[in-house]
Amino acid sequence: MLNKFDIQVRESKEHAIIETAGYLNDALGEKLSEKAQELIQNGYTLLVINLEQTTLINSIGISILIEIIEALDEREGTLNFCGLSATQERTFRMMAIAKYAGIFPDEESAIANL
Amino acid sequence: MSDEHKILLTIPMYPDMELAAAKTGSALAELKDFNEEAVEEIQLAIIETCINASEHSQSDDKEVHIQFLVTDDQLQVKISDRGVGITADTLDGTRLLGTPTLHADLRKRGRGLQIIRALMDEVVIESSSNGTTVSFTKKKTPS
Repeated sequence: MLNKFDIQVRESKEHAIIETAGYLNDALGEKLSEKAQELIQNGYTLLVINLEQTTLINSIGISILIEIIEALDEREGTLNFCGLSATQERTFRMMAIAKYAGIFPDEESAIANL
Repeated sequence: MSDEHKILLTIPMYPDMELAAAKTGSALAELKDFNEEAVEEIQLAIIETCINASEHSQSDDKEVHIQFLVTDDQLQVKISDRGVGITADTLDGTRLLGTPTLHADLRKRGRGLQIIRALMDEVVIESSSNGTTVSFTKKKTPS
């Protein structure tokens, strides 16, 4: 179970899932970025970020998500998001994130579409 | 007759203090039965405005002053700093583009005001060399 502000990583043979909880700001975003970069360095190119327990995402958190999209893009990887609130999804679409990463309602569909 | 509540809050420019302002805004919106989506939009607009003030105002007092005015139909939030003011290129986001990205439409920074404008019903920005005030209004939608 995740703490109030936490990151959990689950790795399978082909993909990895990063789950975040709490306020996605610069501090949590940096931790998320470190985990994602570590996974990419280890050869993962198919990632899911589950934001179901992420209460709020500020624009600095979004800029860090964009950096992860770019890092995966360079390796022709895929990033899918799931568990977004309606406002988070609207913000992601407004900021063009939805053009370069998938948005799915749940982890199952996010994994299926990697 | 409309039931009106006014709250004044001053927060220091410390990390995560924007959450205190966001929680006050969400409590007032919930008090007036704004829907869940509107409450989250209000929180995000408050957070982005406070972060902008902290990052760019260069104010000597390192404080952000927030006034909330809630009625049965709407929540008005006025967020002020006593900093150096913001320029036109900051207002349209062109000064804050940050590192170029692989895709031109994926800008990393300078999107706070765009988010606020998209989420709120009315946004007014007043800025001078004595500081900046961002005022926004969220109207309650019928459930």
